[in-house]
Parts: sequence; C-alpha cells; structure tokens
Amino acid sequence: MGVEGIGARVTRKEDKRFLTGKGRYTDDMNVPGMKHAYFIRSPHAHARIKGIDMAAAKAMPGVIGILEGKQLKADGIGNLICGWMIHSKDGSPMKMGAWRPLADDTVRYVGDAVAVVVADSLAQARDAAEAVVVDYDVLPAVISSVDTLKPGAPQLHPEAASNLIFDWEIGDGAAADAAIASAAHVTEMEIVNNRLAPNPMEPRAALGIYDEAEDHYTCYTTSQNPHVARLVMSAFYNVAPEHKLRVIAPDVGGGFGSKIYIYPEEIVCLWASKKTGVPVKWTADRTEAFLSDAHGRDHVTKVKMAFDKDHRITGLKVDTIANLGAYMSLFSSVTPTYLHATLFSGQYVIPAIHANVRAVYTNTSPVDAYRGAGRPEATYVLERLMETAARELGVSPAELRRRNFINSFPYQTPVILTYDAGDYAASLDAAMKAADWDGFAARRAESEKRGMKRGIGMSCYIEACGIAPSAAVGSLGAGVGLWESAEVRVNAVGTIEILTGSHSHGQGHETTFAQLVSDRLGVPMDSVSIVHGDTDKVQMGMGTYGSRSGAVGMSAIVKAMEKVEAKAKKIAAHLMEADEADIVIEGGTLKVAGTDKSLPWFQVALAAYTAHNLPAGMEPGLKEGAFYDPSNFTFPAGCYICEVEVDPETGKTEIQQFVAADDFGNIINPMIVEGQVHGGIAQGVGQALLEGVHYDTTTGQLLTASYMDYAMPRADDLPSFKLSHQCTPAPSNPLGIKGCGEAGAIGSPPAVINAITDAIGNNNLTMPATPEKVWAALNAAR
Amino acid sequence: MYATNYHRVSSVDEATRLASANGDAKFVSGGQTLIATMKQRLASPSDLIDLRHIAALKGISVSGRSVTIGAAATHAEVASNAALKAVCPAICKLAGGIGDPHVRHLGTIGGSVANNDPAADYPSAMLALNATIVTSKRSIAADDFFQGLFSTALEDGEIITAIRFEAPEKAGYAKFPNPASRYAMAGVFVARGAGGVRVAVTGAGSDGVFRHQGMESALAGNWSAAALAGVSVDAGSLMSDLHASADYRANLVKVMAKRAIAAAG
Repeated sequence: MGVEGIGARVTRKEDKRFLTGKGRYTDDMNVPGMKHAYFIRSPHAHARIKGIDMAAAKAMPGVIGILEGKQLKADGIGNLICGWMIHSKDGSPMKMGAWRPLADDTVRYVGDAVAVVVADSLAQARDAAEAVVVDYDVLPAVISSVDTLKPGAPQLHPEAASNLIFDWEIGDGAAADAAIASAAHVTEMEIVNNRLAPNPMEPRAALGIYDEAEDHYTCYTTSQNPHVARLVMSAFYNVAPEHKLRVIAPDVGGGFGSKIYIYPEEIVCLWASKKTGVPVKWTADRTEAFLSDAHGRDHVTKVKMAFDKDHRITGLKVDTIANLGAYMSLFSSVTPTYLHATLFSGQYVIPAIHANVRAVYTNTSPVDAYRGAGRPEATYVLERLMETAARELGVSPAELRRRNFINSFPYQTPVILTYDAGDYAASLDAAMKAADWDGFAARRAESEKRGMKRGIGMSCYIEACGIAPSAAVGSLGAGVGLWESAEVRVNAVGTIEILTGSHSHGQGHETTFAQLVSDRLGVPMDSVSIVHGDTDKVQMGMGTYGSRSGAVGMSAIVKAMEKVEAKAKKIAAHLMEADEADIVIEGGTLKVAGTDKSLPWFQVALAAYTAHNLPAGMEPGLKEGAFYDPSNFTFPAGCYICEVEVDPETGKTEIQQFVAADDFGNIINPMIVEGQVHGGIAQGVGQALLEGVHYDTTTGQLLTASYMDYAMPRADDLPSFKLSHQCTPAPSNPLGIKGCGEAGAIGSPPAVINAITDAIGNNNLTMPATPEKVWAALNAAR
Repeated sequence: MYATNYHRVSSVDEATRLASANGDAKFVSGGQTLIATMKQRLASPSDLIDLRHIAALKGISVSGRSVTIGAAATHAEVASNAALKAVCPAICKLAGGIGDPHVRHLGTIGGSVANNDPAADYPSAMLALNATIVTSKRSIAADDFFQGLFSTALEDGEIITAIRFEAPEKAGYAKFPNPASRYAMAGVFVARGAGGVRVAVTGAGSDGVFRHQGMESALAGNWSAAALAGVSVDAGSLMSDLHASADYRANLVKVMAKRAIAAAG
C-alpha cells in the first residue's frame, strides 16, 4: 500500500470544510426570490379534518400563499408509496393505506402535515400558521403494536382490516416446531426492541425551485439517494417529469437511514414553488424532526430456541409484531421481513428456523430502516437468547456460541442467505483476549469490595450488507434494482473525476474513493475529485445505505477504472510501440514491463484528447462508465464484549470497557472504518442505555419531542473503545469489501444488556436500561 | 420566536422603570430558560430587559464567613471563585455541575433562583444555606421565597439583586442527573451551620424544592450518612414522570443525601 492507497489511514479530504464551518448544506442554499415554508401539522394522533379556515391567515403580513391537501390532490400529486411488495403467507399483497403528502381527510399521527404556509420570512410563515384554524373531529388513537391488533382497536386505514398490513412468514414452521418438541432444552423469551428517533445532526430540509420559462424543477434536499428521490417523485408522485427534475443532495449531515425516504415536505416544496411562483425552502426544527422523521425498530417478539443434549441448536421459532406507524414509509415493509428474518441463523448452524412477522399500523410516526435496519433487531433477539441459554444451561456463553458456529463456507442458511466467507471464532478469540475475559472474576471481586455490581456480556453478530443483487431482491418484492453506477472522467491533463451514484453524508467517500483511484494508478489523491449527489452530473445511482457504498459503489468504480485503464494501455502501447499486454500502470506511469520505457499518466491522457496519434479506429477521449450489480450480499460479522459496573443504590450503569472485533473483509481506510464503528457503537449503546421514543398511550402525544426528554448518548456515557479487525475478504466483489457502516449499531445493544443482566442477576430487563429500570430489576432480584 | 424589543439597561432603577412602563416585559439575565422558551414560542414578552450589564448586580464578595453573590454572577464565576471556595466549596461544586460550559458562562444565579425550576440546582442551596434573597425592594428569606413550581415571592417588576448567606461549617451537594436533560432528577444540599442542620431537595418534589425535616432531625444528632439509614422519604409528595417514578425518586433523594453528607465531610 502507498501512503494514499488502499489500507492507508488518510485523513479525510472533506473535513476541512466541515470543521471550518464551510460545508454547504441544503439550508445554506439561497436563491433569488426564495421564500420560506412552514408546515401546519396535526396536534392530534387521529382525527378527521372537518374544515380549514385560512382566510385571516392569508391576509397576514408577508404571506405568499397557504396550500392544503385538497389542492394537492386536485393537481394530481400522488400518494406516497412503499417500494417493496410483501405478500402475506395467505398469498395476499400487503394492505397499504393511502398516505397523502398533505392530509385532506384524516390525520393519523401527531405531526401529520395538513397544510403549508409560504411567506417572506419563516417568522411570518409561523405567525400565519398559528392563525390557520383547522377544525378536527378527534378520534380514538392506538399507539402500541400489540394493542392495535386487539378487537375493538381504533382502525387507521380502510384498506387494512384490524390494522394488519401483512402476516408474513419465512422458513419451515413444522421443522422448527418438531425441533422444539424434541429438544433437550428450550430457551423462551419475549423481547422488545425499543423505538428510536434517528437524530441526524442536520435536520431534514428541502428547497423547491420551479423555473416557469424552462418548465423545469430543481430540488435541493437532504437525501441519501437523490436519484431514487428523482425517480420516485416523477414516476409515482407526479411532481415533475424525470427529465425536467434535477435533484441535488449537497453536503448532508448524517442520515442513518432516515434520509433514504422521500417525505411529504420535498414533494410539497416543489409543488408549492410552481403554485406560488417562488422558490420555497423548508428546514425542519428539532421537534419537527422528532415528529416526522421515520423512526426505527419498535418490535415485540416472542421466541423459542431449541437445544439438543450437547447444547447444539436444533431449532428457532420467532413471532414478531413490527410497528410501522401511521403510514408505510418507502422501505418499511422490507425492514422487518427480508432485512430482519433472513438473519435469524446468526453465526450458527440452526437446522430449522421459522419466523412470522406481522406488520401493523398505529397512530405514530412512520417507522422505516434506521442504522442496521432489521439486522439489529434480529441480532438482539439471537444474542439475548444465546446469553440466556448459556445461563440456563450453566455453560460459558463463549463456548455455547463456539460450539454452534458455522465453520465451513459457503453456508446455506434455512432463511435464504448463503454466507460466503467468515471466521467467527477468530473474532470471538480476538475479542475475549482484548477484553481479558479470564480476568473478569478478579475485576468483579474488586468491584464487589466497593459495593458495585460488575457484569460482562458478549454478542456475536452477522449482517447482510453490500445491498444487493438486483434480480434476487426483485424476486423478493423490491421495486428497484440495487446495483450502483460509476463514471470515470480522465481530463486532458490527467486529473480524474469520479462520478458516483453513492452519496456521502458522513462516510468519507471523497477520501476513500480517491484512495482507490490513487492505489490503482499511483497518482496523488489530490488529482482525483469525487462528484456525487446531483442528478444533472451523475446519470443514475441507487445511493448510500445498507453498508453498500464500499462493496457496491466502489466496485462500480473498479469496473469503470478497468475500462479506462484498458484504453490507456492501448494508447501507451501504441505510443511506445510495445505490446498492449506488456503495459503496466504503477507510480503514475504506464510502463513497458521489463524495459525502461514509460510514459507519465498525464501524457497518455493528453494523447487521448489531442488524438494526434491514436491506434487506428480508436475514439478520442478517456472516459468510461460502468454499472455494477453484486452477485451476493456481503456478510460482515464480529464479536462485541461489554463490561459494566452498576451502582446498586441508583441503578446507574457505567460501561467499563467495550471491545469490538469485526471482520469487514478488506479495508480501504482503517481510520474511517474505526470512526464508523465508534459512531455505530455510540448509537447502539444509546439504544441500550438511553434512547427511546415515548408516546402518551391515550392521546398519542409524543412525549420525547426534544433533547430535554429524548436521551442521546454523550461522550461521557461511553468508554474508549478497543477495536480490532479480522479479515476474510468478501468473495463476491473485486475489492473483497464487506462494509462497516452499521455493524457498531447492530452488535452492541445485546452486549450491553447481556452485561447488565449479568451484573444484576436478573434477566428481565428492557431497553433502554435506564437507571430506574436497572434499579427496579436489581430490587426484584434481591 | 416572536418579535420583541430588547433593552440593555445599566441600573436596577432603569430596569424597574422600563418594566412598569411595559406590561408584558420580562427581565432576562443569562436567558438559559427564557430564550429557549421564546424560541419555542411558549413565551412572548413584548420587551426583554437585559440585566446582565448592571454593575451593581455583578461580583462575589466574602467577608469573614458572610457571602454576597451578585445576582448576575454566572455559574462559571460562582464555580471558580477562590474566596467562596475557601468558605463554602459546596456551592462552587453545585455551580460547576449545572448544564454544560456554555450554560455556565451565560446562566446566572439570580436568573436561576428567580425562575425556580423544580429541577434546578440553586434553589436547594438557597434553602439549605438559609440564604437571603435580596431584591430591588426588600430582603426575603429563602424559606419564604420558593413557593412552588416556577413560583416565587417576587412581585411584578421586582428584581433579585444579590444572594446573601453565612457560610456553614459544613455543606455538601449531590445530584442524580436526568439522563436526557441532565437537570437534577434528585439533588440534595445539606448544610450544618449556626442555625442547625438544613437539608433541601430539588428535582424530586411535586411542588418544587423542599426541606426534609426527617433528615434534618436525624442529622442534627448525628452528622453522618449512617444517621439517614432509618429515615424514610415519602414518595407521595414526589414527582412521577417519563424519567423516574416517585418511588425511584424517593430512593434517589436518600442516596443523594448520603452522598451529600459524604461530600460535606
């Protein structure tokens, strides 16, 4: 590896502008004549709209226009869609209720958008919004996913009887039942995965610009996938034709999944710009973000795991209710199904698996993929089970896992996936060594002397990343393909622009993608620019989520680079009168192997553009594009160990050490990978100890609508992390990359809870394990 | 935030004159509660009268064991004042644990005491130190000053100018922070001085800051954490919310009291 090539800890090229406040986010975009939007949102969890009186508000200072859902419908703007079809086990398609960008008949959660005010200033828009009188007929609301299925529960959508969206299954139910019936031991649990708010640092924002002269639309928006946004807004929402709609996702301050989806606000800003004749900008405030960003998780699961007398797992049976909120968000259906239940084999040989998932409507914010997306929920179920089973069986949790590890690859699980590479014992060994597992008893004794309770817990996670082979996901119901595109433009002076359909919103693509090019050509990283996030520049792309930009996005760059390099070699061979097969590219030159003949990279590029002396029949220029469609998912895996000390007087948990041993396959930039793991663990520890969305269960009011009540992890809630990497390269892509973006959030919650329950001697504990809950659980165990 | 008129005043008289001339005016000191509330449009004063630039409200003086803290002293100034630390380190520790550095460099003791947030730290110190709240009109004993959630003895247009107290022989403060807001979920200030032992609790009471007679009596005879073992804290008068039940708060009050005693030495 060179100092800037693959494997180098290169500092991030993009950080200068971020750290000096020079990033350019959607809210920083200001265009002439631009006005400000403020959304009027439902204060009720469930109500009919009887009427909207906006007469007084329209006369207020600065008001350009106030628009409501009926106008939006009259203009033919479509329903928001869910882009993944799931069929229930009876063969019927999922029951999707209508989600209007502006509700015109019924509101179904607190925060549901009803109308929009456009005014000269945001303050004026807010003033006018307060003067709009919406007459509601308040209806009973239902919040819990368990309650919503009960007879007599308030009904949300006429399309979905009993609030049931689908009742789906995977695996072999009879085989799982038989394994449980004949088991030497069955571990049975009910497990709740708490609802989370995504909380990217930058709230969502949109700027819609309609150019009447050109009949053209531009949308700046906080998106992880601007091309998908353009496609969906044109093909389904009828906002603008695709060739007349430019979507730009400039610097984006974090997404964690919540910025994959196309929300009402960007649709309305574009539509409102045309209706009012002015560019319209909206930026969420933090409470709006809590109310209207797609939440994550919210599963209630009953599960049984069967073991034989040798402690080998013989079967697993899972029954999950997934709360999808008031409407089906863009990928809400796949998160609790194919991104969740396909992971139930974990790192283990489990001959029989069956999972049933019921997705339900409630009067809460829509729920969709959030960092990990289904995989944290599956991991939490499995790894709480394994730890609990080990305690019940009286064996070491490490040895129980080790005994059941998958050791030979490829391995076909009973739930669709084929694991292609891994070494789970290597990560387990590395983690236990780093954690000084054997020294725990002495540390616990020392804690006890101080009156503290010490515990240790582990979690062995696996995830399916590098999302995803297009034909495979198509056969499972996906409405899109999940390939990625890249274009390599070599300028006449040899500098290189990489256009990618991946989108960087914290991942550091401007650095790692440039490292890849630098590594291949031996040119300085500074001669490489990464272009992304603009549908006018990049032709098409599927965006960034599911830890896919390395495995899929960079593989597309590799394919395009191979084409560029092949042409460059042809030109160099021609100019040096050598055989094309003898040309090698290294150190920024094209050399004839075994000779001292060489040409600098820039000279070959220049030759391509002067076109004075090219091989016969060759087109001028040096620019190639490629689409890469993966042949399999990738399977990052690892072992996390958490050690905690609990203060029995207050129930306060302090994490004493946190060890992460991850196999991400090959790594481009270890520093960036470590940053991803740090952030992921922080979010996972946040879920385990602090975070939780709470609604009033009667009124449906969001109780955690600001940081006064929603507890985000802070630096002093976290220890320094001990990280290590094991490596089995991914066989399915040219770089051997598996992906690292979500692992931290997937692997950590069960490790934390396993450690706390070990410390307090009571396994009955739900996330977030707040001091009060831990204190109560400790008292119950006494 | 709604539009408001901002006034920077240089004397208490000027501030009270402006307040009486503008019925919906509010005084602002550090603004750590008021400005955030205004941003959420939950408060809409016609006029904001900024007290931070009144020289008479500034400064901390210690004479023997008599302490005077100007109402506009920031939490950071209280936390770091050497003379104060020499006679009453507990109040310096309390101030150093409020919010974060940004809050501590803007928020003031007068503003916090006047606001009487049921989860704020300072009210417990005022009660336990038997402090006198000096205003533009009079002097008010802490026992008479705090009158329930966000409610005080202050009349319209009355401004806190200083806090006065005699430094106790021993004092300590311990709080258990709310995991989200980091306000006190239970905070206990204990003090033993010429007038006896005083124990004040913040963050937990359903009617705001309060003194706990049971703990005061127990500690009067035996100034030690062990003396609190038999004292019961009645959950019936404590807050229950998303973050902590009354029972849990009752436990925390007792634990924090023990830790406050330990801190006091």
